Amino acid sequence: MTLAQQIITAAMVVIGTVITRFLPFIIFPDGKKTPDYIKYLGDVLPLAVFGLLIVYCLRDVSILHGTHGIPELISIALTLGIHLWRRKMILSIAAGTVCYMLLVHFVF
Amino acid sequence: MSENKGKLFKALKAAFPKTIPILASFLFLGLTYGIYMNVSGFSFVYPMIMSAVIFAGSIEFVTVSLLLSAFDPVQALLLTLMINARHLFYGISMLDKYRNTGLKKIYLIFGMCDESFSINYSAEIPDDVDKGWFMFFVTLLNHLYWFTGSTLGGIFGSLINFDTKGIEFVMTAMFTVVFLEQWLKEKNRFSALCGIAVSVICLLIFGRDRFIVPAMIAILAVLTLVRKPLEKAVSGE
Repeated sequence: MTLAQQIITAAMVVIGTVITRFLPFIIFPDGKKTPDYIKYLGDVLPLAVFGLLIVYCLRDVSILHGTHGIPELISIALTLGIHLWRRKMILSIAAGTVCYMLLVHFVF
Repeated sequence: MSENKGKLFKALKAAFPKTIPILASFLFLGLTYGIYMNVSGFSFVYPMIMSAVIFAGSIEFVTVSLLLSAFDPVQALLLTLMINARHLFYGISMLDKYRNTGLKKIYLIFGMCDESFSINYSAEIPDDVDKGWFMFFVTLLNHLYWFTGSTLGGIFGSLINFDTKGIEFVMTAMFTVVFLEQWLKEKNRFSALCGIAVSVICLLIFGRDRFIVPAMIAILAVLTLVRKPLEKAVSGE
């Protein structure tokens, strides 16, 4: 990617972020009612989006080749386990990441 | 003038303690983000500028992947809109609270990341503290933590000779934790399963570089189709 392409890509992210933050304030000025469909999407969309993001992060994992996704599976399981146990976001993220790094360095 | 200064200081003093947990997590996540960018081959100028102009954690990690793959501005925009779609609903919740905050309102909206939103939405601000300035300082402090962590990570990452293979997993771990948090809170888990199932199916059909947009459209379609039964199920619980 050239520098110009990098700037355009980053600018798209800035524009996209600014749109999602400002849009409600532009569409719904003082005292206007939010449509039910939008409220519904607000309830159900976030969880689906995080599911999509996890799959997005793991898109390079191949079950049939390489490490068969085993380090990913173990580290995700550990992240979930630690989080259910302690409910401390930073701890769970750190534990999962360190576990993954140790696995890909020393085990696989 | 001094009266105004006193007002600002009071708001800052009330805002700072609320942001201490964010100080810890943003320094850690920002550092990781800066190191991640650094080991991906970018100078510290990248995380420095990105953390200042984007200020939205998850998408900044995704931006690293975007910068490393083929140039596709449409996908970058659509992905940002989809990942950050939740901001739309933060915005809807903050319509009232951000009202009458003057010019500060522009910055409040610009800096409305998950953490600033949750503090500003839930904090009980004392009566003698100016609400607008309180929310302004919460947003600004969070922004500064993120900026500092990211920049230090970007610089630090080039100074240390440390094999960081696998550090990109921090992104997977972060989404896994956020997903689990939402899963535990949500009444309906259909959309969670829908998000994962639809994404996996689209990944298998369209391949790693092209599955995001079809997956987004399919998720919207499925969630729209099941709206009636889903709403019934949620309200029935």
